[in-house]
Amino acid sequence: MERVPILKIGDILLVSIQVDMSDQTAIQLQEDLAERIVATGCHGVIIDITALDIVDSFVGRMLSTIASISKVLDAETVVVGMRPAVAITLVELGLSLNGIRTALNVERGMELVAATRADDWDALDGDDEDAETTATP
Amino acid sequence: MTAVDLGVPDVQAIRSDEDVVRVRQLVRTTAVAAKLSLVDQTKLVTAASELARNTLIYGGGGTAEVTSVEDGRRRGVRIVFADDGPGIADLDQAFTDGFTTGGGLGLGLSGARRLVDDFDIWTTVGEGTRITVTKWSR
Repeated sequence: MERVPILKIGDILLVSIQVDMSDQTAIQLQEDLAERIVATGCHGVIIDITALDIVDSFVGRMLSTIASISKVLDAETVVVGMRPAVAITLVELGLSLNGIRTALNVERGMELVAATRADDWDALDGDDEDAETTATP
Repeated sequence: MTAVDLGVPDVQAIRSDEDVVRVRQLVRTTAVAAKLSLVDQTKLVTAASELARNTLIYGGGGTAEVTSVEDGRRRGVRIVFADDGPGIADLDQAFTDGFTTGGGLGLGLSGARRLVDDFDIWTTVGEGTRITVTKWSR
């Protein structure tokens, strides 16, 4: 069985899927990613599907599952590089890719991860300020 | 116009995960040769992937027979998925979006039907299932 490599770039794990994955390879990637997120403490996962000429319901479900697993492990997932024909087919197939964030390319994906993290921190700061305001008479 | 076969069908056995990948590759090659557009190739390969997986998981394995066809005006690709599995007891239910007995998303059959031009299913409980799909060039 082939295995999809996972690269670490700064605070981000980058997965570029270059093979026609069997279902087993897809499940293995899910597990490998979860382990790498915990081992590295990375806060972003970018999955590049530029080389994928189809996304069927199995791969679609894998992408949704990876996004949910990452979320629980405090990391944002962005899927990048979807081909137009793949997008058209996905919609007709009836897959909505719930909970998945997408960007056009890796660069924009990295910006999206950074922006989401920044928003999260702002939200946290906001909560603190509220707490202080309530505490001060 | 009735469809005429162009050449002998390519038969791919479906016995494992890797065979599902091989079905996708065979369908892609045939679709390119039949000059389907990129979007139509993508739709047909996606449908084939769903149906090949069904043949493996629900049918307990089987075959995919891929044939280049023409009907006088246009070319196309026909695929027959056949298995000797348990068959489908309730077809209406099997074609409902979101219905699954296998832990999937329940989009396989209904989704595949939307992605092709012709879709025909024969199934008998205890004997097996045969699904024939065709995608035509525009």
